[in-house]
Amino acid sequence: MFGEWSYMAMLAFVLVASGWLEFAFKIRVWRNPVRLFSTVLLVAPVFIVWDAYAISQGHWFFDKDQILGIYGPLGIPLEEYLFFILIPIASVLTFEGVNSAKAMLDTWLAKREKVSA
Amino acid sequence: MTYTMLAFIGVAVAIIIERAIGAKLFRSPNFYLAYFIVMFFQLVTNGYLTGQGIVTYGEDMIMGARVANAPVEDLLFGFALVILSMSVWSKLGQVESARAGNKATSENA
Repeated sequence: MFGEWSYMAMLAFVLVASGWLEFAFKIRVWRNPVRLFSTVLLVAPVFIVWDAYAISQGHWFFDKDQILGIYGPLGIPLEEYLFFILIPIASVLTFEGVNSAKAMLDTWLAKREKVSA
Repeated sequence: MTYTMLAFIGVAVAIIIERAIGAKLFRSPNFYLAYFIVMFFQLVTNGYLTGQGIVTYGEDMIMGARVANAPVEDLLFGFALVILSMSVWSKLGQVESARAGNKATSENA
């Protein structure tokens, strides 16, 4: 759909679709870089090794016309590295977004109860 | 090893780690809503990746059952990745709060 930027387009969507939660729900995910990057650093390598094995064994293949063609260590496309950085971040943003939305709702309900009492 | 075997191992290992580090993820009702949202977006984005043929799969490495274009194994793979990310994040938060608590206690003393 986007030529060699096709996979990158999906990653850009993930970044935008999850990124706004930081501001809308006043959460501190991007603003706690130590905790965020520690999370990525602990999780991503496991899946990068899995990815390398899966590629070597023919579990999955990438269409050369739809990726940029930049390869990192272990012969893994750049897009895959970004995937294993962005998906953990998007997961965490969603979790914290829900936590914050729930807390906001509880506060609002408590206030309303006080007013009507 | 096939993708199917690895996907099940991935899920098992993710659950074991969640337990081992005491992330208490599955006790949080918010987690289930968050996971539902993440899974919805996984089906959309992964449906695009597989539907456009950006990623294809070795047919003899998967069971063959598909959800939104993608092999069901991808849901297991996604579960492992997302559960581990949320678990580690939660645990690091617990460590952070404990440290802040200790600091506050020692400052008050």
